Amino acid sequence: MVRAAAASVAALLAGCAPQAGDGTAPGSPGPGASEESITVVSYGGSYARACVLGYHESFTEETGIRVDLEDFNGGLAQIRAQVEAGAVHWDVVDLGVADTITGCDEGVLELIEPELLPPGPNGEPPADDFLPETNTECGVGTLLYSTIYAYNPETLPGPAPATLADFFDLERFPGRRGMQRKPEANLEFALMANGVPKERIYELLGTEEGLDRAFRKLDTIKDDVVWWEAGAQPPQLLADGEVIMSTAWNGRIFNAQVLEDQPFVIVWDGQVMDRGQLVVVAGTPHLEGALRFMRHAARSESMAGVGKYIAYSPARRSGQALIDRHAETGTEMWPHMPTNPANMKNFLMSDWEWWADHRDEMQERFAAWLAR
Amino acid sequence: MGPRLRAAGLALPLVAFVSVTFLGPMVNLLTKSFYDPEVADALPETMAALRDWDGQGTPSDEAFAATAREFVAARTERTLGRTANRVNRVASGMRSTIMGGSREMAEAAAVAEDAGVEMGGAFWRETMIGIDSRWGGPEPWRALRAAGQRLTARHYLKALDFERGPDGGYQRAPEAWRIYVPLFWRTFLVSLGVTLLCLVIGYPVAHMIANSPPKRANVLLLLVLLPFWTSLLVRTTSWIVLLQNQGIVNDFLVAIGLIGDDGRIAMIYNMTGTFVAMTHVLLPFLVLPLYSVMRAIPPAYMNAAVSLGATPFQALRRVYWPQTLPGVGAGCLLTFILAIGYYITPALVGGQSGQLISNMIAYHVQTSLNWGLAAALAALLLGGVTLLYVVYDRLVGIDRIGLG
Repeated sequence: MVRAAAASVAALLAGCAPQAGDGTAPGSPGPGASEESITVVSYGGSYARACVLGYHESFTEETGIRVDLEDFNGGLAQIRAQVEAGAVHWDVVDLGVADTITGCDEGVLELIEPELLPPGPNGEPPADDFLPETNTECGVGTLLYSTIYAYNPETLPGPAPATLADFFDLERFPGRRGMQRKPEANLEFALMANGVPKERIYELLGTEEGLDRAFRKLDTIKDDVVWWEAGAQPPQLLADGEVIMSTAWNGRIFNAQVLEDQPFVIVWDGQVMDRGQLVVVAGTPHLEGALRFMRHAARSESMAGVGKYIAYSPARRSGQALIDRHAETGTEMWPHMPTNPANMKNFLMSDWEWWADHRDEMQERFAAWLAR
Repeated sequence: MGPRLRAAGLALPLVAFVSVTFLGPMVNLLTKSFYDPEVADALPETMAALRDWDGQGTPSDEAFAATAREFVAARTERTLGRTANRVNRVASGMRSTIMGGSREMAEAAAVAEDAGVEMGGAFWRETMIGIDSRWGGPEPWRALRAAGQRLTARHYLKALDFERGPDGGYQRAPEAWRIYVPLFWRTFLVSLGVTLLCLVIGYPVAHMIANSPPKRANVLLLLVLLPFWTSLLVRTTSWIVLLQNQGIVNDFLVAIGLIGDDGRIAMIYNMTGTFVAMTHVLLPFLVLPLYSVMRAIPPAYMNAAVSLGATPFQALRRVYWPQTLPGVGAGCLLTFILAIGYYITPALVGGQSGQLISNMIAYHVQTSLNWGLAAALAALLLGGVTLLYVVYDRLVGIDRIGLG
């Protein structure tokens, strides 16, 4: 007992010693500054890698703040649990917009002041430079991605599918199709393929008849659908020949194309575009470091840095102007970007407000439909 | 201190541990399934003003004024979003009606204050209906009032696929919206099927191990336990490799000419996959209790039955089987209860038809954050299992369960 107490006193003294001898003013970048770190949580895989190489490394270089990366599968459950338990150890999280809205409403995310956002490389004011609706009260938009569908010409010989309607055409393109096991994007696909004009999609989904119509369209291919959940699955399903075509996030297909030489072809028709955002968890003990990270991530150069490794578009106009070649293979990135006008002839912008309102109910209806 | 008390003292750390880490959180979560004070606490004046409303047309002017006041105040304090989300669960669309509406209400209040207009009930009635015509009908008010009930059965109603009709009575949800009751049934049937499959496969295996010489029995037991020690994810993913369309089993069947290349059998991402993978994962839970009970049965009993003239089948049915019943009961109950809460395996290999009730509970805990509904679903599941336990106790007797 006595020995234990003596040891702890010694440890305390040892802990004090450097401080006592340290004469530098507080806040000056001494050896202590490099000890600071923040935890950033993202989806892992090729996307997380693109973020690390694209701007995490330059952040640490500039500020001396280490970035610890953790993986998760989206959702608010862990964030809420940490905030309610008062033990926040995640600082910055990569979230979808519908989750950002819900989390902001629930008060588990920090409000982001618009002043935090830096101007563009040529002094562009952020208010005009960020693409419309990419920022929300608690979320800073970093990128735009599209849920497209792609096919593998090796397992789908003959005429090539070219429109969204072809995805639902079992007569001309018999075979299994991959779709994500959630209502988001799939309901929009169904109505668009059914000939509903884009402007009326969400209005129609809000009615019982419109919803029935969407599910009736999905019914026509239901028996031939393989449902995927993780973003890495569609390229795998296509490569294995498990499906002849699959919906997917465009960046994942791009990576399979350039890094694994897969012959996949993306059909840019009727895709659903959405935004990725960064948020700060409310009550984080590293608020200052987290906000510095947000400011760094919101730079056009950071967004373009991600665009050097994966085909997700910067959420800023000035960032899009910086899009160049793939850092590892030299492939021109612009033709693969979801915001390239050539790829945007017929696309739908996901309506986060509608989804924030109807997500639970759609999830239930979708699960009921799947189970039947 | 008597020896009894001291003995009880030894159990105290465990009791404390179980209460803190298990009973406490469980009671807390289950309470959420019927007790929901958030909206009532957030909008006390609105709830008071709505108390006397008959549910037809629109409520009193006072209710309009109270609602507008509390919305604008809560908006400034950033607590309105939470309330709006709660009300949205009662009626979809209320989130944006409240959030969007409150923004305009705040603006209208500022304008009226500058102009010196008195903001009474009539003013707010006109303003709110002008902002969103929905406030001129009974639906949003009913949703507000329903969400404001502290003690509520709505999570249970929803979990049983019931809803409130326009007349306020309870009715079954339309066919296309029924989800939880069919899922409960499916979960029950899948668990029952998996348990029976485990029993059919496990019974002979347990018998063989119990009647082998010790050395061989150890090796066989190891084989049963090996998958037990392997990560659940690895085991489940291995089944995908084996059973998928271009998988080993299908390749083999094509190679030996049993099926054509275009006739590959779909064995994964459907009910077959769920059954195969779950049976594999749960088999040890049935074999182990059976084995320990069987090992205690002297072989002399079977010999005696046969020497007294019973056929081997009669001896098995009338002498051996009854003695293994405690093990069968323990194993089946254990397997069934584990199967009923299964979650990862169906999610990975179940495909569209393999979703079970636990997957929906996970959705409401993780994604929608509707813990009230998740708790109601979990409570119903817990109730079902308890009921089974009681029935089992009545039929077989719980004291007959034996682990050897």
